[in-house]
Amino acid sequence: MFLLRLKRTVKLGAKSLWMHRLRSTLTALGIVFGVCSVVAMLAIGEGAGRDAQDQIARLGAQNIIIKSIKPPRSDSAKTGTNRYEAYGLSYADVRRIRDTVPHIQEVVPKRLITLQATYRNRSVTVQVIGTASWYGEVHPMRLLRGRFLAYMDEKRQQKAAIVDQQVVDQLFAVDDPIDTNIKLKGDYFTVVGLVAPSGAAGPAGQDAARLKTGGRAGDAAVGNIYVPLSTFKTCFEGSRERVELEELTIKVDSTESVLLIRDALEVLLRRFHKNKDYQIIVPLELLRQAARTKRIFNIVLGSIAAISLLVGGIGIMNIMLATVSERTREIGIRRALGARRSDIIIQFLSETLLLTLTGGLLGIALGLIVPIMVTHFGDMPTVITGQSLIMAFGISAAIGITFGLYPAYRAAHMDPIESLRHE
Amino acid sequence: MTTPSSAQSSDLTSGAPDATDATADGAIVRTENLTKTYQMGPSELTVLREVSIDIKQGEYIAIMGPSGSGKSTLLNLLGCLDRPTTGRYLLGGQDISLVDDDELSAIRGAKIGFIFQSYNLIHQLNIIENIEVPMIYQNFSESASEARARELAELVGLGDRLRHRTTELSGGQQQRVAIARALANDPLIILGDEPTGNLDSKSGKEILDLLDSLHQQGKTLIIVTHDDDVSLRAQRVFHVLDGRIERIDVHDN
Ligand SMILES: Nc1ncnc2c1ncn2[C@@H]1O[C@H](COP(=O)(O)OP(=O)(O)OP(=O)(O)O)[C@@H](O)[C@H]1O
Ligand SMILES: [Mg+2]
Repeated sequence: MFLLRLKRTVKLGAKSLWMHRLRSTLTALGIVFGVCSVVAMLAIGEGAGRDAQDQIARLGAQNIIIKSIKPPRSDSAKTGTNRYEAYGLSYADVRRIRDTVPHIQEVVPKRLITLQATYRNRSVTVQVIGTASWYGEVHPMRLLRGRFLAYMDEKRQQKAAIVDQQVVDQLFAVDDPIDTNIKLKGDYFTVVGLVAPSGAAGPAGQDAARLKTGGRAGDAAVGNIYVPLSTFKTCFEGSRERVELEELTIKVDSTESVLLIRDALEVLLRRFHKNKDYQIIVPLELLRQAARTKRIFNIVLGSIAAISLLVGGIGIMNIMLATVSERTREIGIRRALGARRSDIIIQFLSETLLLTLTGGLLGIALGLIVPIMVTHFGDMPTVITGQSLIMAFGISAAIGITFGLYPAYRAAHMDPIESLRHE
Repeated sequence: MTTPSSAQSSDLTSGAPDATDATADGAIVRTENLTKTYQMGPSELTVLREVSIDIKQGEYIAIMGPSGSGKSTLLNLLGCLDRPTTGRYLLGGQDISLVDDDELSAIRGAKIGFIFQSYNLIHQLNIIENIEVPMIYQNFSESASEARARELAELVGLGDRLRHRTTELSGGQQQRVAIARALANDPLIILGDEPTGNLDSKSGKEILDLLDSLHQQGKTLIIVTHDDDVSLRAQRVFHVLDGRIERIDVHDN
């Protein structure tokens, strides 16, 4: 019974909205744009933040990365013109770290060189990474085919190579890469495994590549080839004698101890590298920084959007108050004919809710399009989360109730006799 | 004249109330020392003073008196649109002075039919929809209320223009819609505040004829009027002066 009455009262609200189509549309527009901007802003904020976070997260939250860098000029008291002066991390550092610093699970040394890889008559630029067999424990990689480097490869200085999909795409075209031989600087290496492209392991390597090429990110399309460190030494040593180890990744047993170990490493390295030819990168710290930045970004964008929603809500309230006073007489008539206060409240509240909810849905639809356009034309990553959609819809419902309740309350509490007298 | 009990009541306007609707002596409306006082800033304005009346089922009552004497105030009290400052009002045996706002709305919706001087139709709605309004609040289903509204429109002689906008109707026709609307909830009493006040004499007479026929079907009518034509048709005329019932004329028609 009550439901029947509720249904009819809601219908009344819908009907009266329909009767004032233009006014309803204009009123709802405020909500449409408000919700649209909430959805769009959150998607842009989320996209910008997540992009950075993803890159950092791939470096590993439990990892500490130490890189060799050219010592600052002013620090090297010598001439600085000696191009073959050695600097950076060494195998001695690895030993020292392993022996003295606690809480360390793995130390993965890494050597890097960029050179031409040749297969049959095809030749592309690749980045060769000389590393240990436990590389995967620190930089999770998805093995697509074959196997990863093994301890025996290292021990016997096998000319085994793992290629990533990128290399396969560039070098092999349709041929099966497994068990083929590719030529790297005069030596033939046998491909034993295939891993997923840079997504998994790339950024660390690309990061290094970027560092070498002076920060240009344009070379990201270079594929990676992994070879045993010992093999790397024998085959490519001599070309890059200045640096013994380009990179060292240290995996700590838990994220809690990361910062402590960072300090310990700093103390240790400072003793042996007076000329500051290393750089310690803590992805966890970067990750937290990025999360903080993202949160602030979201709050700022969200506030701007919220203000536009608020303006929309005030617009609705304004119109509803006008509607209520315009329809004072109708309210008096309905009250005289048996409508309870709750009936009047439901009638007007359902008008506002219908306005805001349809406005909200349209706003969400529009808000879904905007990020797509931004990504397409602005070349900016955007991420639409279900959470933000639910939130936007919830907000428009909340606005409907908040800004509709007062006008509806006003309508319901008018004196029926006074209202009937109203002109 | 036919007595109410022998009226040929159709099921649309069955006037016979339940036994419980009346007090022991058959009064459907009973007021005991009704007083209405308005607070006007520091001063008080007493508009009704100790009004005690009894109205029986099926009676046709006219209320007359000079402007500002308190007729509308009394009618609003009888119609449960307002509550007395002091005194008791029993409608169909139920004490109205004690109920809350929701209950008052429910009583208006179930037991009272209003006819206003200015018709008070909702112009956004067509004729049928106007007649349906009270039925919405009586939990009629859409089909049931529409069917009933259609029958009532026929009854008041508007069966041929059901979907017309109310603004397309003459005053007399609008008042017919209002009367059909007042009948929609099959009320215990029908209250009219100068229902012919805005009409010319011809359409006023048509409305009065319609009211007469309702009376003959057993409806209880209480009509405020300045018009002697109305009072002549009523069985009793309450003359109000300065907030009191000064005199009651009984007509033997
Ligand atoms: N809400 C109110 N507040 C204060 N005074 C009121 C209020 N309603 C009515 N009055 C006063 O009560 C008195 C009686 O008013 P009422 O409307 O009952 O007169 P009436 O007999 O119907 O007059 P009319 O024949 O002109 O319609 C008037 O003096 C009026 O000013
Ligand atoms: Mg009056």
